[in-house]
Amino acid sequence: MKSVLEILKEIRPEFDFAASSDFIADGMLDSFDMVTLVAALDKNYGISIPGTDILPENFQNLQTIEALLRKTGAKL
Amino acid sequence: MNFAFHRKRISGLLTVVPANERSFIEEMKNFNFPEARSLKLKEVMGYDRRRLVEPGVCVSDLAVFGLQHLFDQALLKPDEIDALLLVTQSPDHFMPPTSNIIQGRLGLKQDVFCLDISQGCAGFVIGLIQGFQLLEQDDIRKVVLINADVLSRKASPKDRNINPLIGDAASITVLERDTQDSVIYAKLKMDGSRAEALIIPAGGMRMPSTSDTAMLEEVGDNNLRAKDHLFMDGAAIFNFVQVEVPPLIEALLAQAGVSKDSVDYFFCHQPNRFMLEKLADKMKIPHGRMPNNVVEHFGNSSGATIPTAITFNLRERLLHENLQVCLAGFGAGLTWSAMLISLGNVNFNTIIEYK
Repeated sequence: MKSVLEILKEIRPEFDFAASSDFIADGMLDSFDMVTLVAALDKNYGISIPGTDILPENFQNLQTIEALLRKTGAKL
Repeated sequence: MNFAFHRKRISGLLTVVPANERSFIEEMKNFNFPEARSLKLKEVMGYDRRRLVEPGVCVSDLAVFGLQHLFDQALLKPDEIDALLLVTQSPDHFMPPTSNIIQGRLGLKQDVFCLDISQGCAGFVIGLIQGFQLLEQDDIRKVVLINADVLSRKASPKDRNINPLIGDAASITVLERDTQDSVIYAKLKMDGSRAEALIIPAGGMRMPSTSDTAMLEEVGDNNLRAKDHLFMDGAAIFNFVQVEVPPLIEALLAQAGVSKDSVDYFFCHQPNRFMLEKLADKMKIPHGRMPNNVVEHFGNSSGATIPTAITFNLRERLLHENLQVCLAGFGAGLTWSAMLISLGNVNFNTIIEYK
């Protein structure tokens, strides 16, 4: 199983996600990257992140993404 | 708002798609994005092929072509048409109504009710609601509902957020009275306070088209778009659909006293595969019962996508079977709509190409 950081790097290899606390404000993830990320997280963790949770604030940084995954039932 | 209709039915569906097909792979070079990112998006959203009109082709051209096909195949007689409804966001002109133009080009009788309805992705259900209401009149026995758009002509070729998903199409749906007393239920909601989430800013009277409104501008995410082009706030629309549509469908089924399991298919508007999979997951409906394959074959043709999904996925099956289907549209306005209807034993259910 890949880590969230590894999945993020696959989507946008040009950015250092570990060094950012706000992926959206820093221009590292646009709305279509979020869609790609959700699809990858769903597949990786065998879950389906609810569409109503696909909001920028849930993809702001590693902590918010991991919180969303736990809420959806993923085992990190 | 709730609706219920008795002794009405859909008796035929025809989808007209342009013969001109484009592939996403070929179009990727138009966008300022690395190929790998575009390919990931293709996989998730279902972008593959789409059908586009050639320059100069209008909604009335697709509609006249489709109706003439039905006349030629003896599937519909011109004199039978008592009402002709056209739902479109891309009319031939501001004035006159495009439905009148279609009536005139086909030489239909003057004793006919023609009406343009300005609605988009929720427009199939809205057109059905209007058509079934007209069938309450003694003089109206057959209604032709046309959902047609050529919005590819309003999409910026340099806008990856919009352009790859847009397709052009027209659908023709014939409505008439039924001898069976089955009930058709529908629900409709609107919220104009969110109108700007899906808009073509220029070209109307509020902001007439000028050389300035035609200029491409950098609009973020490496996309270029003019004010004459279609704009969609993708995140806002995605959230709107996930929040508003499930409760509308649940309330519709409750109104009808029908369980989700007894609905054979949920034919929703077809924005992209990802959005529909998330909608199905939220409603706990198996993906196979909520088809999501229109965008990958034809593109998103606004109000024509639901009938396109029906013709493409059910085809001849609908000539001999009766299925309980739930229809759900959502889009510009913002508007969202749903209908529960027994669909089947139709006279025709097919797709043809406009050449």
